[in-house]
Amino acid sequence: MRIKAQVAMVMHLDKCIGCHTCSVTCKNTWTNRPGTEYMWFNNVETRPGPGYPKRWEDTERYKGGWTLKNGKLTLRAGGPISKLANIFYNPNMAEMEDFYEPWTYEYENLIHSPKSENLPVARPKSEITGKYIDKPEWGSNWDDDLAGGSDVVPLDPNVEKMQEHIKMEYEKTFMMYLPRICEHCLNPSCVASCPTGALYKRDEDGIVLVDHDACRGWRFCQNGCPYHKVYYNWNTHKAEKCNFCYPRTEAGLPTICSETCVGRIRYIGVVLYDADKVKEAASVEDPQDLYEAQLSCFLDPFDPEVQEKAKEAGINNAWLEAAKESPVYKMAMKWKIALPLHPEYRTMPMVWYVPPLSPIMNHITNEDELDTDGYIPAVDQMRIPVEYLASILAADDKELVRKVLLKLSAMRVYMRGKTVGGVDEFKQSELVKQANTTPEEIEEMARLLGVAKYDERYVIPTGRREMDDDLHYKRGACSLEDIAPPEGVNPTFAYMKARENYEAR
Amino acid sequence: MADIFWWVIFPYLTGTIMIVGLLYRYVFRQLTWAAPSTEFFEKKWLRIGSPLFHWGIVFAFIGHLMGMVVPMEFYQSLGISDHLYHFGAIYGGGLAGLMVVAGLVILLIRKMTIDPVRIKAGFADFFTVLALLFVAGTGTYMTLIYNTTVVEYEYRQTIGPWFRSIFILQPRYDLMQSVPLLFKVHVISAFALFASIPFTKLVHIFSFPIRYPARAPQQYRSRSNYKRQGL
Repeated sequence: MRIKAQVAMVMHLDKCIGCHTCSVTCKNTWTNRPGTEYMWFNNVETRPGPGYPKRWEDTERYKGGWTLKNGKLTLRAGGPISKLANIFYNPNMAEMEDFYEPWTYEYENLIHSPKSENLPVARPKSEITGKYIDKPEWGSNWDDDLAGGSDVVPLDPNVEKMQEHIKMEYEKTFMMYLPRICEHCLNPSCVASCPTGALYKRDEDGIVLVDHDACRGWRFCQNGCPYHKVYYNWNTHKAEKCNFCYPRTEAGLPTICSETCVGRIRYIGVVLYDADKVKEAASVEDPQDLYEAQLSCFLDPFDPEVQEKAKEAGINNAWLEAAKESPVYKMAMKWKIALPLHPEYRTMPMVWYVPPLSPIMNHITNEDELDTDGYIPAVDQMRIPVEYLASILAADDKELVRKVLLKLSAMRVYMRGKTVGGVDEFKQSELVKQANTTPEEIEEMARLLGVAKYDERYVIPTGRREMDDDLHYKRGACSLEDIAPPEGVNPTFAYMKARENYEAR
Repeated sequence: MADIFWWVIFPYLTGTIMIVGLLYRYVFRQLTWAAPSTEFFEKKWLRIGSPLFHWGIVFAFIGHLMGMVVPMEFYQSLGISDHLYHFGAIYGGGLAGLMVVAGLVILLIRKMTIDPVRIKAGFADFFTVLALLFVAGTGTYMTLIYNTTVVEYEYRQTIGPWFRSIFILQPRYDLMQSVPLLFKVHVISAFALFASIPFTKLVHIFSFPIRYPARAPQQYRSRSNYKRQGL
C-alpha cells in the first residue's frame, strides 16, 4: 500500500447558474498575460454544445487519454516511441481555430476619436496579430445559453452518439452548465505524454503541475489530456495548466474559482488513496466498471489501519483530520452522489460532479398531491435525458446516473415532507428502497448540499511546512545557507538561543 | 596567417562561444529553452515542411558522421571502394540535402506569408532559417552538382582528418589549404552557425528527449525535498 493524499473538488451542477464568475476570476488571477489569452483554466460550458475547445470530447480526433490495447493500458495517441517519431509534427494537436483567435476592442477610439457625425466604435482587434477582426466568429462561450441552438447542439459528441434524436423544438429543449477545471487525475495522461517529464503530480496533495524550467514545448500534453486542459503558450513556448491555485490551497484557502463561486456549487476536500492500485483500476476491461474501480482506490480515513499507514507515509494529523471531514469523501465515496467526468478516458479524474436535477422536476405540476413513488417515473422522463448525463458522467451507464438522481429525488421528497408534512409515508415508500438511502443520510446530505457554510464546503489543511529546513535558520541565514552557523546569523535569534541556554542552566 | 585564423582560431572561437553560451543559457535562462513551435497557428504547411526538414537534417547529420568522423581507413578495411562510398554519399547525402533545403524553403515561405507566424517571428527566427538554408544549400550543391560535374572531391583525406584533429587539440590547418573554395565556405558558415546556436531557438537540438521511453509514465515530485529529511 502506497498511501497518498489528494486535494479534490466536487461541483454540484444543480446550483450552477452559469454566471462565469469562476472563469473571470481565474483568468484575472492566472491567464492575463500575452500568450495566455485563449487559456481558460476554468471555463463554463453550456451543454449540449461543442464545449471548449470545439469538440474536446472527440477522442477520435485529438486522441487524448488512455485506451486498452490487448489488455494493456496505453496512451491513445501512442506510446513514447511513436511520440518520438512524431516529435517534429504532432498530428493530433488542436490549433487556434479549435479555440479562437483572442481579441480585444479598440477602446481608446471611444475617447480619442475626433469629432464626427457618427458615434465612435471600438473595433475588435486580434491580440495575436494586432490586426482588426471584422467579425469574431467563435469564442470560449460563443454558444452560451444555447445561443446558436440548433447549429451548435449537433456538434456535441455526446449528442452525436445518442440513439434518440434530441428534440430541438422550443418546448423540449434542455440545457445545463458544465464548469470545468483541470481534473488533477490519479492517472494523468498529460504527465505520461510529456517527453521531458516536466509535468508531474505532487506527492503531498496530488496537484498536477508543469515545471516551466524543464518544459521544452513538445506539446504532446495539450492533446494528451482528454479534457484539453493543458494549453500551449505561443509566447513562452511552454505548457500551462490549472494549478488548483496551489498558493491558496497550501495556505488552507479554496481555489479562486471556488472562493468566488456565486452559486456555492464547489466543495474542496482531501481524500486518501492507494497509489499502487491506480494502474490496475484504470486497466479494467469494461469502461462502465471504471467508476467502481476508481472508488476502490480510495481509503477510509476512519480506518485505524489506514491512519497508521498514512502516518508512516508522512501524512500528518491535520491532513488525516481533514480527510475525515472531507466533503469530497462524503459526496463521492460515501454517498456516491458525485460522479467523475468521462471515466472512460481512464485518467481517474478527481473533479466530481453531482448531476443536475432541477429541470427534471419542473414538469411535475401537482407536487402537493403526488405520492412519494410518483417521483420514480419522473426521474425516467426527465428533461435532460439520462442517456445524455450518462454519456458525460458515467461511460454511458444509465443505471448509475439513475441511482444518483433517485437519491437526490429522495432527498427532495424527504426534506419537502419534513417541512410541509407527510414524512411517515416516505419511510415505507418504494423510492427510499430504490434510492438505497436513510433519513439520517438524507439529512446530512441536505445540509452539505444546501446550507453548508464556508468551512464545511472547504476543508483544506495547510501545506506542510513543519518539515522544511529549520525555518529560523532559513530566515536568519538568508543567502548564506550552508555557510552561516546553524543558529543563524539573525542576532535576535542568536540572542534567544543564548537566553534559552542560559535559562536551561 | 589566414589559414591559421580560419582553420585553427575560428573553429575554437565558435566552439567556445557555443559551449559557454549553451551552459550559460541552461543555467541562467532555462525558461527560454524550448522548441518554439508555431503549430498552434498553422498546421497544414508545417505538416509537410517540418518533418521534411528535421528528418533530412537527421540523415545529413548521420552522413556527416560517416564522412567526417569515421576515418577513410575504416572503409578501406571493410573493403568498401572509394567509388562505392561516393556513390552512397552523393545519392544518400544528396537526398538528405534536398529534403533539408525543400523543408527549409517551405518553412521560410510559411514564416513570411502566414500572418501570426510572421508577426510573432523575430530576427533570430529568420536568421536561423536563412543561415541553415545557406549552409544546407552549399552542402547540397557540393554533394549533388560539384561532385558530379567537377570532381568527386575526396574530403576524407583533407577535411575529415582536419576536423578530427580539432578534437585532439592539434589542428592540422595545412590539410585545408588545398580544399576547394566552395567546401571552405560550407565549413566556415557551418561553424558560424554553431556559434549562433545558444542565441536562437536551435538550442532545442540538445533537448531531444531520449530518456522518455525508459522513464516511468507517471511522475511524482515532492514539494520541497521532504524525502531528504527522511520523513
